Amino acid sequence: MTGGTRVTIDRDVDIVTARQIGRQMAAEAGFSGSDLTMIATAISEVARNIVEYAKRGEVRLETASKHGRKGLVVVANDDGPGIPDIEQAMQDGFSTGRSLGLGLPGARRLMDEFEIVSEPGKGTTITMRKWCG
Amino acid sequence: MPIPILKQGNVLIASVQAALTDQELLRLKDELADKVGRFRSRGVIIDVTSLDVMDSFATRTLRSLAAATRLRGAETVIVGIQPDVAITLVQLGLTLEGVATALDLEEGLDLLSRPARDPRR
Repeated sequence: MTGGTRVTIDRDVDIVTARQIGRQMAAEAGFSGSDLTMIATAISEVARNIVEYAKRGEVRLETASKHGRKGLVVVANDDGPGIPDIEQAMQDGFSTGRSLGLGLPGARRLMDEFEIVSEPGKGTTITMRKWCG
Repeated sequence: MPIPILKQGNVLIASVQAALTDQELLRLKDELADKVGRFRSRGVIIDVTSLDVMDSFATRTLRSLAAATRLRGAETVIVGIQPDVAITLVQLGLTLEGVATALDLEEGLDLLSRPARDPRR
């Protein structure tokens, strides 16, 4: 991924900044209606995951295209404690923090593609994509 | 920026803005639980018309806000959830169960003014 926009995430106001920039970029890529809200909400969930578990990290946003369809790529990256059991973290209702445990599984449902790479002690990278139309 | 809370009769009305942070929402919960007692309010309306994102944190906090004010003797009604936000909440698996909702401020006030009310229905 080259270019795009990087948003540093280290406090709750950054979550709002990331989702506002993401919504703007999604609108420019051609998304509309509830797709914009779903993208902004998914960004909010992964950005909050950084604040809650890793304290700091970044969200990178970039437009992309695949088979002639435009889309938005969101990469949430941190050097935090990592997720020991990804399968468990992706289950509805599982949480080691203060949340309902709906953040990451919810974000997955809002986007078309969702991948997590995480290593305990090294950090977590979540890549999500949504395609127009 | 603190969320303004207006007092209208025995109802408190809070209108949240688009760029609502987690801390502001948590502060609103504390403030409303306090003000419900101070003003002896019987109802609370949270107007989320300008809120363009309601994620799992916002939903959970609004649920616990409604539960806390209920324990203080006031019913909470969430008004103005935008259509796209409603669709997204369902997709997320969040239903705001147990919290009363109404289309807008007017409907919310109407719901709270019904004599034998059960706004949870």
